[in-house]
This record gives sequence, C-alpha cells and structure tokens, in this order.
Amino acid sequence: MSKVNAILQGTLNWVDERFPLTSNWKAHLSEYYAPKNFNFWYFFGSLAMLVLVLQIVTGILLTMHFKPDASLNASGVPVAFASVEYIMRDVPWGWMIRYMHSTGASAFFVVVYLHMFRGMLYGSYRKPRELIWIFGMIIFLCLMAEAFFGYLLPWGQMSFWGAQVIVNLFSAIPLIGPDLSLWLRGDYVVGDATLNRFFAFHVIAVPMVLLGLVAAHILALHEVGSNNPDGVEIKKKKDANGIPLDGIPFHPYYTVKDIVGVIVFLMVFSIIVFFMPEFGGYFLEYNNFFPADPLVTPPHIAPVWYFTPYYSILRAVTYPLFGIDAKFWGVVAMGASTLIIALLPWLDRSPVKSIRYRGPLYKGFLTAFIISFFILGYLGMLGPTPMRTIVAQICSVIYFAFFLLMPIYSSLDKCQPEPDRVTSK
Amino acid sequence: MSCDDTVDCGRRRLLVATAAAGGVAGVAVAVPFVASMLPSERAKAAGAPVEVDISKLAPGQMMTVEWRGKPVWIINRTKEQLESLAKIADKLADPKSAKNMQPEYAKNETRSIKPEILVAVGICTHLGCSPTEKFKTGAESGIEADWPGGFFCPCHGSTFDLAGRVYKSKPAPDNLEIPPHMYLGDAKLIIGEDKKA
Repeated sequence: MSKVNAILQGTLNWVDERFPLTSNWKAHLSEYYAPKNFNFWYFFGSLAMLVLVLQIVTGILLTMHFKPDASLNASGVPVAFASVEYIMRDVPWGWMIRYMHSTGASAFFVVVYLHMFRGMLYGSYRKPRELIWIFGMIIFLCLMAEAFFGYLLPWGQMSFWGAQVIVNLFSAIPLIGPDLSLWLRGDYVVGDATLNRFFAFHVIAVPMVLLGLVAAHILALHEVGSNNPDGVEIKKKKDANGIPLDGIPFHPYYTVKDIVGVIVFLMVFSIIVFFMPEFGGYFLEYNNFFPADPLVTPPHIAPVWYFTPYYSILRAVTYPLFGIDAKFWGVVAMGASTLIIALLPWLDRSPVKSIRYRGPLYKGFLTAFIISFFILGYLGMLGPTPMRTIVAQICSVIYFAFFLLMPIYSSLDKCQPEPDRVTSK
Repeated sequence: MSCDDTVDCGRRRLLVATAAAGGVAGVAVAVPFVASMLPSERAKAAGAPVEVDISKLAPGQMMTVEWRGKPVWIINRTKEQLESLAKIADKLADPKSAKNMQPEYAKNETRSIKPEILVAVGICTHLGCSPTEKFKTGAESGIEADWPGGFFCPCHGSTFDLAGRVYKSKPAPDNLEIPPHMYLGDAKLIIGEDKKA
C-alpha cells in the first residue's frame, strides 16, 4: 500500500512541478475559507454551475441532430422545425435530452434570480465585492442573450415572432437603428440568415463568453472571500495561523452541503422533465408547436416567463418624450431596468449589508420592489388592455424607485448594529 | 513621457507607432468581419415584385400575399368603410399621412390609388408583429363601443383604421407602410414596382 501511495505522491509531485494543481486545489477548495453560517440561499451559486454544465452537455448532444435551416422540406415544413420533431420522435432518448435542455433554460433563470436575490438580501454586492456583482450582471445579460438566441432555433411561431419583436427593438434607436436591425437579421425579414447566425451565437459565441465570465466571477469571489447572511467580514478576525475564526474550508464542508442542494434540485428538475416538460405553457409555449409563419402573428404573443417583467416595462411606456416617439423610450426603459441592477453597489448607502440589521425603510422598499417585479412578470404574459397598462406603469415606477431612491432611503434608514462576528444557531 | 537614462525616447516612439499601426490593422480586419453579417447578394436579389389578381376580391373582403417575406394586405373597402375614414381623423396620430410611409400616389384620404382598394404592408410599425383584422364595428369588435373597423396588433395593442393609419397614444409610432404598387389593367395588381409610365 505504501508503495502505491509513493507512486501516487511521486506523480502528483511531477505534475505540481509543471502545473499548479495542488496549489489551485488548496486556493479554491480545501483551503478556501468560507463563512460557517451559509444558509439555504447559498445553494443557488453552485446550482447555477450545475445547470450550466447540464445545458452544455445536452446542448452538444442536440447540435448533433438539429439543423439550422429555414427552407421547407419535401412535406412543406421548415427543416429546422422538422429536425426538432425528429429529435423528439426518432432520436434515441432525444425527447429527454431536449426536455432537459428546455427545462434547463427555465431552471437556469430560476436559480440565477434566486442567486441574485440572495445578493440583495445580504448586501453581497457591497464593497469589496462590486466586481463580483458586475461580472454577475454581465453573466445575467449573456444568459438572456443565450436564451433569446436559443428560442429562435425550433423555428416555431413564438420563435419567429419573438425574434421579430426583439430584433425590431434595435430599430427604435435613432439614426442607426434600422440599419442595425438589418445587420442583426442579415435579411430584410427574420429568415434563414437570421436562424443560422442565431445558431452560431447560441452554440459557440455566447457560451464561450459565459464560461470566461463565470471564471472571472469565481476568481473575483475567491480573491475577496464570500459574504454571509450577517454581512460581516470574517477576515477581520483571524486565528494565529491567519485563518478566519468563522471560516471553514469549502471542501469538504460546503461541497457536501451543496450535494444536498443538488439532490433536491435534481428531484424537482426530473419531475418537470418527465411529467410536465411544457410546464403548462410557461417553459414551452403552445404556439411554438406550430411552424413559423411569416404572414400570421399568433393572436396572443408573450415572451417566456423570465423575460416578462422587462417586457411589461417596455409596453408600459406609451408617451413620446423630447420629440422622440414612445417606442424608443420603451426600449430605453427596458434596457435601463436590467442595467440599473448593476449599479446597486453604488446606490446602497446603508451602514450595514445584511437584511438582518437593516431598518424598516429598506425592508418596505424591497418588499414593494419584489411585489411589483412579480406583477410585471404576470402582466407580461397577458395581452395588453388599458387597465393592465396603467397597473404596469405604476409597477414600473416602483421598480425604478427602488433603485433611484436607494441612496436616500438606505442612508436615512434606522439600522441595528452589526455583530462583531457571524451569528449561528 | 520623460526622456532620461531609463527610457529611450526613439524606441518608445517606434513602439507607439507600431502599436498604432497594429491597431489600425485590427480595425481594418474587423470591417469585413462585420460586413459579412449584412444581407447577402442572394437576400438582396430575393425582393422581386409580386403579381396579384384581385378580380375575385368582393367589397369588404381582404386577401394577404407575400412580398419580400412580409404579408401584404389587399382590402376592398365598402362605401361605409370609406365614409368612416373621414370621421375619425381627430383620433389618429397622423391622419393626413404627413410622414413618409407611403409613395406619393398614395398620399391621400384613402391612402390608395383606387379609393376602395387598400394595399398595405401588414407589419405593425412598432415591433413588427402582424396586426389582426377587426372589421366588425362597434362593441362586437371587442375593442371599443364606437370602433369603425380596422386592425388590432395582438403584441402591444396598437390599433389602425381601415386606411392603415395608427390611432393616437399607441405604441406604434407610424401608419402602416404602403408598398410601391401599380395596376396592370382593372384587376391585376403588381406589388413592389411602380414604374410611373
């Protein structure tokens, strides 16, 4: 036995002299000290990575059978649409791989939204973690682009008209807009050129950027160390060896904890994949089971659920301003609603980080924000009526007020004193 | 940049010049890369005009043909429908078709060459959905009690009248586009071409 150990140790030494294997293992896992008081909310970072891996693996398998081709086949069905049907019916286990990929897209947004909400609850974006937050926001934007490009590929009615609407958003930009959307489509209408390039973006360009950003997100996190539910810095209190008193090694403590999260997640994920993959039309919209028809817009079109809050904000703007029409300002409002989240580190002036020690003002604003976010999301799935537009306008104002008034209410708020060290029960 | 014992200014200038030249080369290479995403020659050539026979289009009926991948509507408007156009001018954003959304020969009350026949691109000027026909008048249309007939965009709720003119305070900024078109005889229409012979 000792001989085997010696050979293994020798191999490891041989590698370590040529590649920083052991030192990286230590820096990022066995000697990365994370606060000991992580709770439920801390599952979603590792789950997001799990979903990323699932999407890449199922995605690679799907590209082996999918054809990004909008031309009609012998039976008059677009080739891309037919190839998805082929995956569903004829490819061994194709249905499961495709449902994993489509459910994975929604699951990605579920875990990422919860991960972002965790950051807001515990002030994880505050100094010195601003760059982690910025990288995270760029990941979020890339994820939205990835979801949007991917949604065109099955070439169904919702694919086609969703892409038509989103690409036309760019045409609202004064002067360069129409040429920009023409360049994005590669044709005068959404067509074969658009499908082919969206495929290229979806399977190679955006995933590469995403992987790089995830690496940057984690490297930045491991440079400054993790925040925790109390929002106090564990690096302020260290023992004689320079190890934070409230820190525990990520491996094995949090790898084991995260496995529990993975198991629960996979249970829910499997139930959806096997028993309700369309999820009542929320994960896969019914109109997308019709092949794309450039001549007929479905009577009710709505984006997939994860885009609906921003879509509602887009629709809520109905007034022209400064001589530029409402269409442009709607696009500006929608863009601003996603980008403004990135400014949180500089908008928040509270003396404490965690919701546990914040005062009633912040808690009230956060509650109003979450409620209006859900209402906007709900309205975005419905058709427009004058009454709903007014509700969406009110919710949009609350959405932006949460951010724009934050410098004022977060500094006025009556906070409780933060503890010296993390608390755990 | 200060020239002293540690910095050779001649070499530093050469370095800056080399980096600048490299940057220019990089931008120059980006031009064909970006341009490769523009519509191809094939896509540009695909916009041929379409010939349509409208002899069977009865008053009050509408037909849709495809031109450049877009739906083009041809509507034979009834007398009542034409009369309604003048009454709703104050509800419209651009009742006189002042904005350049139609050829000169369609810049009139009915936005058409022949008063009863409307030819319009059925693509909402907001974000490109295709509006739905709502020819039923009044409350039956599901839009409003005094609805005179027209079009409703299911995506963002813009409404248009029977000449493709957009209503006020709606997301769509402009009237529907009238494509170039002309008649070859009484019942034959060419869409996409308008040689003024």
